[in-house]
Amino acid sequence: MTPNDLAFVAELTRQQAGVIIRADKSFFVETRLGPIARREALESVAELIDRVRSTNDATLTRQIVAATLVQDTSFFRDRATFARLQESVIPTLASRDKAPIRLLSAGCATGQEAYTLAMVALESLAPPRIDIVAIDFSAQALMKAETGVYSHFEVQRGLPIRSLLRHFEQADDHWKTRPDLRQSIRWGEHNLLDDLTPLGEFDIVVCSHVLSAFEPAAAAATLDRLDAVCRDDGFMVFGANESVSPPAAFASTPTPGVWRRSSAFPRVSSAG
Amino acid sequence: MRKVAARIVEQLHFEAIEAADGLEALSYCRSAMPDAILLDWSMPTMDGMEFLEKLRAEPNGDHPLVVMCSAETNPERIQFALDRGAAEYIMKPFDGDIIASKFEAVGLI
Ligand SMILES: C[S@@+](CC[C@H](N)C(=O)[O-])C[C@H]1O[C@@H](n2cnc3c(N)ncnc32)[C@H](O)[C@@H]1O
Repeated sequence: MTPNDLAFVAELTRQQAGVIIRADKSFFVETRLGPIARREALESVAELIDRVRSTNDATLTRQIVAATLVQDTSFFRDRATFARLQESVIPTLASRDKAPIRLLSAGCATGQEAYTLAMVALESLAPPRIDIVAIDFSAQALMKAETGVYSHFEVQRGLPIRSLLRHFEQADDHWKTRPDLRQSIRWGEHNLLDDLTPLGEFDIVVCSHVLSAFEPAAAAATLDRLDAVCRDDGFMVFGANESVSPPAAFASTPTPGVWRRSSAFPRVSSAG
Repeated sequence: MRKVAARIVEQLHFEAIEAADGLEALSYCRSAMPDAILLDWSMPTMDGMEFLEKLRAEPNGDHPLVVMCSAETNPERIQFALDRGAAEYIMKPFDGDIIASKFEAVGLI
């Protein structure tokens, strides 16, 4: 892939998803774009990029941008975070009143994070009181998330064996999430650069290992959009080792990456 | 497989002692009880389950965290291993990430 083609794709990704692609990622990008070029019956990735340059085809552009996004994830990624949600945050929210607890998995990739939230919430709540919304830019990742089918390797990364037995059923050499887990999650293709308020308000907003890949201005604006859908006294969660800080309305908690909103803070206009 | 597992365990900064079968493992345990055992269900002479039963009957034999490892993926059989005292379970084939993740799950890392 020529530096010029890579720069072109990187610019599309920055504009459309807010994500930075570094100049040394040409092998990764080329590998990801290969299948799209083949599907379009084109000879090479270079031809695919020429096509987008000359036609500005919006659907194809979107697919190219989605293909460049890193989809790395696992069940119970950041174990301490989920332990805190399970042992303290969710039980406290659950005892507040009888309303459903709303959780947002923003940048859910192939769904492991949303299913982990469902498993953790099921420890203190009945399924009707768990309302998880999981969004991502990538339609392909969401498709896999929604089927809930994971490989032998995927279910052994992070997922304790007892959780596997309890929440999955075996399907040949794959494992599929059980209906009660799937029931509590709604999946949606949604760009984090767009307004999030149509999704409603959430008690816990999880945006983990997403914003570190964003360019700083897009990350800051996205944090404000996430704040706009976080309830007063709600929580915002990032990756434990990410250096992402939420707006000033949030205070840190003893668990790295877990922040709590203070209701005393005025709200930024939710228009952005 | 055993050699591979031992290398992975060492990379995680554990001191690994390998045993070829259940009998050898049991005599190691009698001389110095380990903190954790990566236990293959199918071993010659004494299989993993039999070893686990004998281990737990030893003085201080309930100390080691046992991570069972096997090609067996039947949920009932896995549950059986857990009921017998395995703390975690690895389905073969596995890689270093999986061992690390399972050791983390039982609090070794
Ligand atoms: C590295 S994965 C992290 C998955 C999961 N949150 C976790 O912590 O394991 C990042 C995800 O963010 C998604 N993403 C990146 N930019 C996005 C955007 N602008 N809007 C929505 N999702 C985005 C990617 O498609 C990818 O699935």
